Amino acid sequence: MSATFRACVLLLALSAAALIGALWLGPAPLANPFAADAATQTIVWEIRLPRALAAWLVGAALGLSGAALQGLLRNPLADSGVLGLSGFAALGAVLAFAFGAASLAPLAAITFALVAAIAVTALGWRARGPASLVLIGVGLSSFASGLIALALNLAPNPGALADLINWTLGSVEGRSMQHVVLVGALLLGGGGLILAAARGLQALTLGEEAAAAIGANLPRTRALVVLGAAACTGGATAVAGVIGFVGIAAPHLVRALAGHDPARLLAPSAFAGGALLVIADISVRLLPTDAELKLGVAAALIGGPVFALIAARLASRGGDA
Amino acid sequence: MSTLLMLEHVSVSLGGRPVVQEASLTLAAGEIVALLGPNGAGKTSLMRAAMGLIASTGAVQLSGADPRALSVRERALRAAYLPQRPQSIWPISVESLVALGRYAYGAAPDRLAPRDQAAVDAAIESCGLSALRKRSMDEVSGGEKARAHLARTLAQQAPLLVLDEPTAGLDPAQALAVADILRAHAQSGGAVLLSTHDVALAARIASSVLLMRTGQVIAQGPAGMALTPDALQQAYGRKARLERIGDAYAALFE
Repeated sequence: MSATFRACVLLLALSAAALIGALWLGPAPLANPFAADAATQTIVWEIRLPRALAAWLVGAALGLSGAALQGLLRNPLADSGVLGLSGFAALGAVLAFAFGAASLAPLAAITFALVAAIAVTALGWRARGPASLVLIGVGLSSFASGLIALALNLAPNPGALADLINWTLGSVEGRSMQHVVLVGALLLGGGGLILAAARGLQALTLGEEAAAAIGANLPRTRALVVLGAAACTGGATAVAGVIGFVGIAAPHLVRALAGHDPARLLAPSAFAGGALLVIADISVRLLPTDAELKLGVAAALIGGPVFALIAARLASRGGDA
Repeated sequence: MSTLLMLEHVSVSLGGRPVVQEASLTLAAGEIVALLGPNGAGKTSLMRAAMGLIASTGAVQLSGADPRALSVRERALRAAYLPQRPQSIWPISVESLVALGRYAYGAAPDRLAPRDQAAVDAAIESCGLSALRKRSMDEVSGGEKARAHLARTLAQQAPLLVLDEPTAGLDPAQALAVADILRAHAQSGGAVLLSTHDVALAARIASSVLLMRTGQVIAQGPAGMALTPDALQQAYGRKARLERIGDAYAALFE
């Protein structure tokens, strides 16, 4: 997957996302952005492009953290959603929104994602087989869901409940350039940490003990991935709510092209995650429904069966990757 | 000759249960020491203690330094370790797996410097894997997997090899080929500590053996002297004797 190919797909997807929607704009606004009328300029530059960029960056953050967590935990079913990071990030953001501190939502999302990442890494480090780890993640996710329900139940401002519930369904609708900058900055920071752990992830292919014996600093690798995944997931969730399965699907899709080396999967997984979410976001806009389908709902409807298929394939191989 | 490994009165406990008690051995350049004994004798724990991978009491020195105090990189430059059940969790290529042996030198498997590439090529060739180097690890046989993991430890170019059952699952010809590789490593100034259930092979290649049972060392020394019928019976609980046939040995268990 060359850089030129990736740049072309990125431009194509963002252009499509800017032009396609309830109102088809045609290619003119992109060919000469300053010649279009004010309404078209507003639609393209202030509504659709920030939305498309947010979708791309959220998808990239989730794809990257999924690939990193799979490498760290040596488990192809690992991702921020399955392991409970997204659930906890959502809990943090919900608490911030519900208690009138919306500006703290990103920080709360990252902090809570970090707590979940530390918990799942500590509990799942020695998990035997993919299923045990997934069960730990299911437990954490359920706990986070319960706490979100509790927070909603006890929210001091019941009028905001509908907005909060909508937000937890996951969407990039109405996102501005401020959101783009926020998720972009966290992707940059978290991605940097994850890329610094790339060689450690390669070493973990040999298992924990042999990786340490070839000279890999595993505590450092673990810390970098946990912090990086928490930043990426926290940023993605704070901006778009809970969007599951991108972190599983993106690395799975690119393995056929990029191979199985965990380090070489990182950048392509980020790219694929971004592309997947932009395409999914264009699709939900085109569906003829009264209310626009939420991106998180669409991701779950597509990602759930994909997850089941991967799990079934793993089970047929005796749990091996 | 320089001492590459020194263990003095090393004891290991796992979950409060002593699994190695007061084991001592010295391994100099040019030597091969084989750990023998039934399952659960403590061979693996002793090897892991030698590498500093688990907590132990007593003195442990890898080329004059305590591995528990060394950085992981410094340790990897002194000793390469092959675990009992080596893994390749992701189906990477044989070549990429072997290249992981260059980790301590700062090499990434897909971007090897000429020196790293030469070490990888030599290890692949010595283990007879040249034709399989591009093959995925999930497309090779059990014996080929074992040789790939051995090649990974050779590519590390550490003076000491600590190999936990390197011939497990290999046919006799392949096991002898591995024995030749280990001999060549020792003759080139390295040393090998290996564990095995193949008493005859150990007697054939090791300069000395260490026979263990339930964490204790029963006998130690050159195979012909240490592996007496009494020692073998004490270790394995069956009447046994070691017979020399030319350059080879046969271990006969009744």
